[in-house]
Amino acid sequence: MKLHRINGLLIRHLYLYRRSFPRLMDLFYWPVMDILLWGFLSIYLEKFNLGAISALTVLLGAIIFWDLLNQSQKAVSIAFLEDVWERNLLNIFVTPLRLSEFLMSTFLLGFVRITIVSVIMAALSFVFYRFNIFQFGFAIIPFAANLLVFGWTLGIFTTGLILRHGTAAQILAFGFILLIQPFTAVFYPVSSLPSFLQPIAYLFPSTYVFEGMREVARTGTLSQFNIVWGLVSNLAWAIATLYYFNYCFANAKKRAALMRLD
Amino acid sequence: MATLIEVKNLTKQFCGAAAVNGISFAIEEGKITGLLGPNGAGKTTTIQMILDLVTPTAGEIFIFGKDMRRHREEILQQLNFSSAYITLPGNLTVHENLSTFARLYGVRDRKKRIIELAEFFGITDLLSKMTGSLSTGQLTRVNLAKSLLNSPKLLLLDEPTASLDPDIADRTRKLLRKIQREQDVTILYTSHNMEEVEEMCDRVIFILKGKITDDGSPQELIAKYGRRDMNEVFLTLARNGEV
Repeated sequence: MKLHRINGLLIRHLYLYRRSFPRLMDLFYWPVMDILLWGFLSIYLEKFNLGAISALTVLLGAIIFWDLLNQSQKAVSIAFLEDVWERNLLNIFVTPLRLSEFLMSTFLLGFVRITIVSVIMAALSFVFYRFNIFQFGFAIIPFAANLLVFGWTLGIFTTGLILRHGTAAQILAFGFILLIQPFTAVFYPVSSLPSFLQPIAYLFPSTYVFEGMREVARTGTLSQFNIVWGLVSNLAWAIATLYYFNYCFANAKKRAALMRLD
Repeated sequence: MATLIEVKNLTKQFCGAAAVNGISFAIEEGKITGLLGPNGAGKTTTIQMILDLVTPTAGEIFIFGKDMRRHREEILQQLNFSSAYITLPGNLTVHENLSTFARLYGVRDRKKRIIELAEFFGITDLLSKMTGSLSTGQLTRVNLAKSLLNSPKLLLLDEPTASLDPDIADRTRKLLRKIQREQDVTILYTSHNMEEVEEMCDRVIFILKGKITDDGSPQELIAKYGRRDMNEVFLTLARNGEV
């Protein structure tokens, strides 16, 4: 891998943020709206809180971590679609750029995005609701890393689908993540899902983050189960998705589909 | 004279139909070679296979004496591509676009190279402008500047003057000649404009229905078919002898 090429693609996308209102909205407006909406909802639920866990902690924590996943996924698929929309994909792939370098640049872009979003959401949560994200302690690190990697994996998967099925599938870049939301126990524990859905919930690495977050809020500790299985399922998803993406890319080259994606 | 591209029995099939059907040719250093043929003849598919954007069904491609499948990165570092049908991102400035591609090619002194090329193509005053706001003629020059960022030995151009008015097309042809002369670049390009082909090309490879039907200099082909110009030669070959 060559750093200058990864850097080239990364900077190509960062240039856009300086003057693109929709992109800035994506980074600032929606996270702010999420915090406001879910914050007020949390306060409302707090009044009816009957358990040992604060609703504010669980809901606001969940929305912050959910947004990290969302931002990481979108960084990958939107970065790819930018070049499809601008009919620039061929320009990119006639350079010596390797597929691994292309993917690494999107991973770093996701990292930049979730860093910015984390800071904004954490600051606003503290200012408006006195919610301190650092109450999760060092567990934040495996949580964020897990969500960054899984978001990246989902982004690569949706990009693979776009390569395979054309731009008709581009809506998945925005909506795919919502498909898994009900099953990954973002706002409620896995135990509250119907029993037949519970094994499905545990297939997603993000489930271990949200379960772990509630566990830390309840007990102050994070069990090895959530750390280890979060990591294992993430690795399995990443390997399978990379294989799938490679297949889709090779298939697009066989079908001469790269030129026709726009 | 060294051979820069060697294509052997190159074939591409889509759903069993051959878009390119076992073609073989070689491109020599320092020449401008035109790849001609009617729409759907297989020109663009051939160029895209040379660039590794499309995987061939069969055949081999050697560039700079190396197998494209095994030395893709090394080969692409030394060649470049421009097409009338793809654009640079309109939401970046010209300078940002050139800088991005300079990074992708690992150009050592990016600023110097961009300034050099901006002067060469007369686009210095456009560097700070949004690429999407440029006229077609300006965009063509910017695309050509992008295609020379890595000082390529080989330049592949897919209909570089398509959709340009005669004035801009003429200026572009002059620029291409200047590039070949001053930057020592070998050029392989496709075009539908036979006047342009006659003016520009040292050699023409004519493709019809995925097969090479003739190969020679414009003057040789005009004499061979007893026609007045390349336009008539094109019609003769495309219509199997009937004009």
